Amino acid sequence: MAALRSLLSVGKNAVPVLLRREFHGTAPATLQVTVRDSLNRALDEELERDEKVFLLGEEVAQFDGAYKVSRGLWKKYGDRRVIDTPISEMGFAGIAVGAAMAGLRPICEFMTFNFAMQAIDQIINSAAKTYYMSGGMVPVPIVFRGPNGAAAGVAAQHSQCFAAWYGHCPGLKVVSPWSSEDARGLLKAAVRDENPVIVLENELLYGVAFELSEEAQSKDFVVPLGKAKIERQGNRITLVSHSRMVGICLEAATVLAKEGIECEVINLRSIRPLDIAAIEQSVMKTNHLVTVEGGWPMFGVGAEICAQIMEGSAFNYLDSPVVRVTGTDIPMPYARIFEENTQPQVKDIIVSVKKTLNLKT
Amino acid sequence: MLVISTALRSSATKSAARGLAVSRNYADFASEATFETKKCDCFLLETLPPTTAVLTREQGLSYYKTMQTIRRMELKADQLYKQKIIRGFCHLYDGQEACCVGIEAALKHEDHLITSYRDHAFTFTRGVPVKHVLAELTGRRSGCAKGKGGSMHMYTRNFYGGNGIVGAQIPLGAGVAWACKYNGTGGVCVAMHGDGAANQGQIFETYNMAALWKLPCIFICENNRYGMGTSVERAAASTDYYKRGEFIPGLRLDGMDVLCVREATKFAAEYCRAGKGPILLELQTYRFHGHSMSDPGVSYRTREEIQEVKRTSDPISLLKEKMVNSNLASVEELKDIDVAVRKEIEEAAQFATTDAEPPMEDIANHIYYKEPPFEVRGCHPWIKYKSVC
Repeated sequence: MAALRSLLSVGKNAVPVLLRREFHGTAPATLQVTVRDSLNRALDEELERDEKVFLLGEEVAQFDGAYKVSRGLWKKYGDRRVIDTPISEMGFAGIAVGAAMAGLRPICEFMTFNFAMQAIDQIINSAAKTYYMSGGMVPVPIVFRGPNGAAAGVAAQHSQCFAAWYGHCPGLKVVSPWSSEDARGLLKAAVRDENPVIVLENELLYGVAFELSEEAQSKDFVVPLGKAKIERQGNRITLVSHSRMVGICLEAATVLAKEGIECEVINLRSIRPLDIAAIEQSVMKTNHLVTVEGGWPMFGVGAEICAQIMEGSAFNYLDSPVVRVTGTDIPMPYARIFEENTQPQVKDIIVSVKKTLNLKT
Repeated sequence: MLVISTALRSSATKSAARGLAVSRNYADFASEATFETKKCDCFLLETLPPTTAVLTREQGLSYYKTMQTIRRMELKADQLYKQKIIRGFCHLYDGQEACCVGIEAALKHEDHLITSYRDHAFTFTRGVPVKHVLAELTGRRSGCAKGKGGSMHMYTRNFYGGNGIVGAQIPLGAGVAWACKYNGTGGVCVAMHGDGAANQGQIFETYNMAALWKLPCIFICENNRYGMGTSVERAAASTDYYKRGEFIPGLRLDGMDVLCVREATKFAAEYCRAGKGPILLELQTYRFHGHSMSDPGVSYRTREEIQEVKRTSDPISLLKEKMVNSNLASVEELKDIDVAVRKEIEEAAQFATTDAEPPMEDIANHIYYKEPPFEVRGCHPWIKYKSVC
């Protein structure tokens, strides 16, 4: 039955891996798929599903994507659906928003979100606010996607995390995938959503492989926006994170487990809407909370979580104040020793957990 | 087109009713007349719009009524603003009526338009009744954006505002044109901007992409000589705005002559529909009011200049003169239209000032489209609004 289902779920756009597996008879239902490939397949499926969807951005077509996320799509869909733009972020973001206002469903790629700052007026003032300003007359079904946050050795102008900036604005939805399942499901949900959605990918995650369940491989698999996922059950302390830091939290949790400290690791998946209920529920169980993010501390995702936890029902369940683990409050330096100490590492999470639990570090 | 034909129908009935009272009837008027229009300055074009235009009596009455309606609507907005019934920003269009009416007269049902914050007139010609424009200005529930947008954010079918950020509407307009091309509708998008906005970088980015991808976009610069308080000479290294497209053909024409604007827009629309790519029009026009209601408009230009333009180039007077001199209409008939328009505007203003404010239940609606209901935080944690649509 499982084999039959997996055969049925294989569409004509299945990645070569799946086809190879068919030759070996009954294949295991789960696959190891990189984040890059899962984004690629999600884009392919959405372009195929809805003729109104199209992808534009720098190098997305003939270069196969600056990070190869859109590999093969131009060859398959051609100039009308996959469009190389000139280096004109403000211009092409505005064009994409206008196309969305007129009823199309653009996916606007920024080579990194650092460059989206040039277009941020179109994202906020044209995309995010128009449905409200028009009293519900003009929806803007657009997706802005691209790598966000720190990479490796690319220094200050190419390493900023924009989760807090976009998360601040009503009218936007903001997602930040970690695993291949997240990437695929959130991107598909974003394309199908009728509102402007920011998809904050991460360059360092593109090459990382994750298990993709059979269910996650299906063409209509979507991850609901605004819902967090518990990646690891625990009862001693809650770690909340998004994007690449989820992986670092899980590593820290493995180390702490050896000392008998069982961490519950929550993968936010969405920055806006923020699934505060999932965090509260966990805190009511563990009584301790540490937030972990790559972005700067001031006015960040962790700061927002602290504020909401304090205002909500979970406050009374806290046995100690919430602690934030964040990027160091400096522009990203280049030298490796500096860079390493500018992003949270496993040891930083461990220290923060132990301090929160009043244990010797 | 819908607005103009509606306006026309209502003016025809009124004239018929007065047929008994006035000394002349339809048989005395010419059914159409041909007028000469000033030759356009051109850039990268081998053919030009014609220098004659035919105006039928029907069209003339319709353009006249529409322009007069816009004029009175804007003057009413001025009045309401001074009474503090309209708040915030209010950028008025009086003096520029021939641009908006001429453009609309050349467009088809499948065409689109986007403009800046000086948008009340376009909102009307694109199909929103005056009372809903005024009610939006007064922030009432029957405002065309339910009171949520205000002066700078009015929308309707095939009309994308109303945009507050100078120049941002140009890439948006090119995006709408993209959609026209993508869907193969044969429609064009008219993207308006002013002489001030013409210096925005995003406009040049858009010109490049529109030309590269041959988007059916008519870029129109309404050059009213002043970007807020800065004259064109003080803001621009080159004031030949119709040449700003560099590789995009351009026309510069008299924006005070509704027929000139109509013919040039028709020409431009045909150009785009033929798949030749974008085109740029510069309409030389003038705003009688200051930049906005907080600007008296006389610190950077002289009262004499304003009076001179009003005396010699008022677009409504110019049309009236044309029509009366070629026997397309009588002075009395046009006066009757004036009276009817004033009455209409008074009624609309009455509506806009007495309509209820939007209900508080609506405050958090229209954040997301097609979303299940969710809660929105108010000013403190104990205020929660419901967002249901």
